Amino acid sequence: MPINFGRTGRVLLIDATERSVSAIETGSNAAAFFIGGRGMAGNFLRPFAHLPFDSPQMPLIFMTGPLTGTGTPCSEILSVMSKSPLTRTVFPFSAGGTFGSELKKAGWDGIILTGKSLTPCGIIIEDRAINFGQNHFTPEMNVSQRLACFSTGAAAVTGPAAEHGVLFSSISFSGDTQQGRGGLGLVMETKNIRYIHVRGSGTVSVYDREKLAAAGEDILRLVSASPVLAGERGFSRYGTGALFDLVNSRRMLPCLNFRKTCYDGTDPLNACAYDRSYGTVSHGCAGCDIHCGRKLADGRPVPEYNAMAHLSALTGNSSIERTLLTSAMCAEKGMDPVSAASTIACYMEISGKSPDECDIVGLIEDIALSRNEGALLKSGSLRYAAAASKPGLSMSVKGLELPAFDPRGAYGTALSYAVSTRGGCYSDACAISHEILRKPVATDRFTFSRKPRMIRLTEDARSAVDSLSVCGNIFFAASLEEYARALCAVTGTETTGHDLMLAGERINYNERIMNYLCGFTSADDDLPARFFTDPGTPGAGISIPPIDRNRFLEARSIYYRIRGLSPEGLPLEKKSLELGLSWTDPD
Amino acid sequence: MDRPGLKYSSKLVESGLCEDGAPLFGIMEDGITWSGSIQEQHIPEEALNTLNFGSILFAQTAEPFRSIIELLAEEAQSSIAPDDSETRTFLHEIPVINSFTPGEIITALKRRKGAIIPGRGIIAAGPVTPEQAFVTFSSICFSCYIKFFSDYYYHTRGVKKLPDRAEKIASHALSEYGSALQKINAFPSAKGPFSSDKEVYAAITEAGRLTVSSGMVDSFFGNVSALFNDCIYITQTGASLDELEGCIDCCPLDNSSTCAITSSSEYSAHRALYNLTNRRTVLHGHPRFSVIMSLLCDRHECSNRGRCHTACKEDRLINDIPIVPGEIGTGPRGLVQTMPAAMKGRGVIVHGHGLFTAGACDFTDAFTSLVDIERMCFEEYCKLVQF
Repeated sequence: MPINFGRTGRVLLIDATERSVSAIETGSNAAAFFIGGRGMAGNFLRPFAHLPFDSPQMPLIFMTGPLTGTGTPCSEILSVMSKSPLTRTVFPFSAGGTFGSELKKAGWDGIILTGKSLTPCGIIIEDRAINFGQNHFTPEMNVSQRLACFSTGAAAVTGPAAEHGVLFSSISFSGDTQQGRGGLGLVMETKNIRYIHVRGSGTVSVYDREKLAAAGEDILRLVSASPVLAGERGFSRYGTGALFDLVNSRRMLPCLNFRKTCYDGTDPLNACAYDRSYGTVSHGCAGCDIHCGRKLADGRPVPEYNAMAHLSALTGNSSIERTLLTSAMCAEKGMDPVSAASTIACYMEISGKSPDECDIVGLIEDIALSRNEGALLKSGSLRYAAAASKPGLSMSVKGLELPAFDPRGAYGTALSYAVSTRGGCYSDACAISHEILRKPVATDRFTFSRKPRMIRLTEDARSAVDSLSVCGNIFFAASLEEYARALCAVTGTETTGHDLMLAGERINYNERIMNYLCGFTSADDDLPARFFTDPGTPGAGISIPPIDRNRFLEARSIYYRIRGLSPEGLPLEKKSLELGLSWTDPD
Repeated sequence: MDRPGLKYSSKLVESGLCEDGAPLFGIMEDGITWSGSIQEQHIPEEALNTLNFGSILFAQTAEPFRSIIELLAEEAQSSIAPDDSETRTFLHEIPVINSFTPGEIITALKRRKGAIIPGRGIIAAGPVTPEQAFVTFSSICFSCYIKFFSDYYYHTRGVKKLPDRAEKIASHALSEYGSALQKINAFPSAKGPFSSDKEVYAAITEAGRLTVSSGMVDSFFGNVSALFNDCIYITQTGASLDELEGCIDCCPLDNSSTCAITSSSEYSAHRALYNLTNRRTVLHGHPRFSVIMSLLCDRHECSNRGRCHTACKEDRLINDIPIVPGEIGTGPRGLVQTMPAAMKGRGVIVHGHGLFTAGACDFTDAFTSLVDIERMCFEEYCKLVQF
């Protein structure tokens, strides 16, 4: 196994308590088993999964994949993983930007950060030289000012929200305009690490550049053929906000804390409105061939779809200027806009306040700075609603607020929210791809039939994708078949799409074992009651009935069987061993 | 519940790709359900169990596809790589399996979407739905057909040597196809100019159905659009042209909505065509001999040989019909850059891909052109190979 192709074979272990560093040599077996990225991060996280998120021993892991820095299309994604303060599940998220490739060029496949520094500080990685640096951030400095402190290489920073204990605070990366979900910014903050700055001067070895170019050409040909990505109304032209009109026309756009499913206001809130009002230009992560982001002519980023929808329709805000303002504030304070908006929508419903009575801009700032009502809301909608004795009004699964696709409008999406290892997340199974976007084929969105297997297969594929360090959006066009060829070209090791699927299954199961060790059961694999009792907003010949709970439970049971879980949704020792995973009984 | 894969089995039979009763679908949900049985059923069953796909399709093809595929498989080492855009974009290559064993099938389907098993037929995977297996099966048949007649032309020119039986296979296939072309006698009844969006939807639906029933597409795919009231009404991506109800997007030209995100990958080309011309309808199909003729070129020393689909600089014509390079969709090498500007007359052929035609106010002239151009290409081909 030519470990030096596509991988460095070394992971940097940093103990913030002892201020010590060491290198872990990763063998070829681990690489084959877990690919890299999310899979490898899960492998390193497993022994510590039962610990609280703020335990000094809890690792915060930054992991590249074998394609990072190789020039493979859309492969500059970095996996970040730890235990979520918000959901208490294991929580992987994908970050764009240049941090991953800088890290790889510095000679490291990843970083495992443990311990807790006595005082706030930073970490500076310059190739093999690792140093702890002074914290030169003041509490008033926003994320963009913090990132601007690093003129070379790439940086990961926390923002004011993490310093104020926001459970959905994020880690922000150079060259990435999105905020990760799950609150891993707070994990970094508990370690008293405010930034990681990395500069790499090396190169990433590729086994066969010619074959990689051919594989890349196949991938880009599929991108060009994809209306979702490259079409005139697709992501490349309008950003992911291009989904707004489609989702609204399908009457599954969450409005007013999911009490309605269609926005029928007179003020346009869609991606075209941003374009017309301000003029927008394309923007994307380094190494990206899609450019799913947009920026206004004045440089402000247009929110991605979920933030765009939740900071407007979900909270009853019909001003795109206010949406831009709140989105920018979330970015500058370093927190997840989806959870922030959903928590505010929950607050509005519980408090009985209308959108006109709520200063959403002020609330966002209050959350980030933990003041006024924000001090209650910074813990997310589930904790807030539970404290108000109305937990059913938190539109979340396992505490993670749902994204902007109403589950009553797409049953595969509904099931995937319930069973995702990180909570209410659509990207794990991305059922909207076939239920709404017709890729790879169109499926009937109002049925659970065959969805359990589809969910399981796409979860496996997505786990592999995240582990390769590839952007999930590319899979609206290409598949693991094409990326397996790219991986072969990079590493020189024969790999098929099926091999990657098997690794994806292992990676996903490993996460389920970790959640099991944290006490999660089928009771957590459920949707808020509203979706089983209240209809969505009908119209245009479409009715959105409540989800039939019995059918949902039946589909979930089938999913459990297909996934190799017990009827209670728990992982099994036999299946675990079959997948080559070690088995641990919970304490 | 319907018999598994019944809908797609019927489509395979109706389109002449399989004999009645030949398609065997295996659908995996909470266990495997089969559409029928064969003597060695345990072989595809083991493959499906191992691969864990949602479905699998195994069937022997009907003539002339069976003979064509057998011949190409015999010529191939381990895989076939036709030059058409369908293969290049989606299939990449078609593996050829040496024996009907689970191991060989599994090895092939781990890498690619479908495979040829000489003497047995084609096996295709549907990771998510049976439709995927059907599309792969159908695409393999189409791609092999295109490759065979492209190779056969070079065989008659002495540039390539095919086995002796190629002539007999070609002769039978050409007779059959010529006869089918002659039988096309149904044409669109919806007359323009259209006065309501309801009429537009009906006209597109009818045009799509006729395009399929006349054999002008492969895998039932292509795209159809009409310009009406400053909107382009266009078929959705991946829509089967014989089932267009609910699968037509209305895309306003004023850039006020992004609902067209699900529209055909050729939306940009249709829009550009409407911008450049005064046409009101566009039809795009993949008629076989239009595609085959576009692949034939005697400039063997050309520096762009092998890259004709994007790099051809020649002004190529089949009588009055231009052939242009261009790949599916957008981008600098997309057919959006070439096809619309070339639409001066009845239609334009995109190299290795298919035929675009356009109508003045409804689909009558666009559909007539589609059929006429295909007939012309067929006749030209027959002349070239002296059939």
